[in-house]
Amino acid sequence: MSIAQDVARGDDLIGVGRRSYAGLPRFEHAQRMIASKRVITAYGFWIFLLSDIIMFSAFFSAYAVLSGETAGGPSGKDVFSFTRVALETTALLLSSFACGVASIGARARSDAMYYGGMTVTALLGAAFLLLEITEFSGLIAQGAGPSRSAFLSSFFALVGCHGLHVTLGMLWLLTMMAQVFAKGYRADIMRRILCFALFWHTLDIIWVGIFTVVYLMGLAL
Amino acid sequence: MSDTEIGLHLHESDLAPGDEPADGREIAEGIRGYLIGLALATLITVVAFFVSQTSLVWQPSIPIALVVLAVAQMGVHLVFFLHITTGPEGLNNVLALAFGLLIVFLLLVGSLWIMTNLNHNMVPMEQMIQMQH
Repeated sequence: MSIAQDVARGDDLIGVGRRSYAGLPRFEHAQRMIASKRVITAYGFWIFLLSDIIMFSAFFSAYAVLSGETAGGPSGKDVFSFTRVALETTALLLSSFACGVASIGARARSDAMYYGGMTVTALLGAAFLLLEITEFSGLIAQGAGPSRSAFLSSFFALVGCHGLHVTLGMLWLLTMMAQVFAKGYRADIMRRILCFALFWHTLDIIWVGIFTVVYLMGLAL
Repeated sequence: MSDTEIGLHLHESDLAPGDEPADGREIAEGIRGYLIGLALATLITVVAFFVSQTSLVWQPSIPIALVVLAVAQMGVHLVFFLHITTGPEGLNNVLALAFGLLIVFLLLVGSLWIMTNLNHNMVPMEQMIQMQH
């Protein structure tokens, strides 16, 4: 029986304990109404991520509706590169794995695994962003910027929004490395690492949708 | 009641999304979970990239195959990377996910349905220009 499984030191317990009120029968539920701050924080962040996914689904809808409206300009088949999207996908998938290794490292208090994992995650994230930025600037240079057609507007909105999330994730990643360096594996820092890992893995899930709906379908049709 | 009593019942409480059910496990076991996820995700990705380029299958089936593969890969990511599992401790996380997916489904299907219907019923552009003169 692993008892104190997710209560880091300094973590407060919030909620109702095992009590019977004024002789009323005890409900089974009451015994379960204990949650550590770690659970509450991560749950709140999970709700935020789901709302973020809903926002992305609006961008996906717009793209799906407008992807055929090229206004005489280039279509997906003309501008997408199979190799580039394969490289981007590889970078993001491996970075998700590296982020998982870093989470395990933080929990095991292993500096090598934590800093190593986070560094690899950051490098792969930077590689992804570099590929995306060169793609965007190449498109704009050849006159296929977001103002060219409804297809390209929705493309830049959807993929750019994901790229913006990755950029913010990179800043958060570097902050978490600095915080562990300065303050150690404190309970509050561990909660932030958990939230960061959830954020990073969720970006990879959204990328699965993007490479399928935007790139692979654009190249196949 | 004492603090120890709270502690004793903690294993029955909720699990944070992203946390694994048994946290006291060995490092190697944790890594193995991520490795399985990575292997499955890589496999599905390679198949998806292959399917998108192949001429071996009936062409109209390709988008459907791609969507199915994407949903499968998202499931792999949720289970092996985000550790959203269907155990009793993860119930809240799964319920929140289910509600999120419902909204996503309504948004996507609703938009596509309405917009194709509008497209279908719209007067073609050439005809509209003729009517204006």
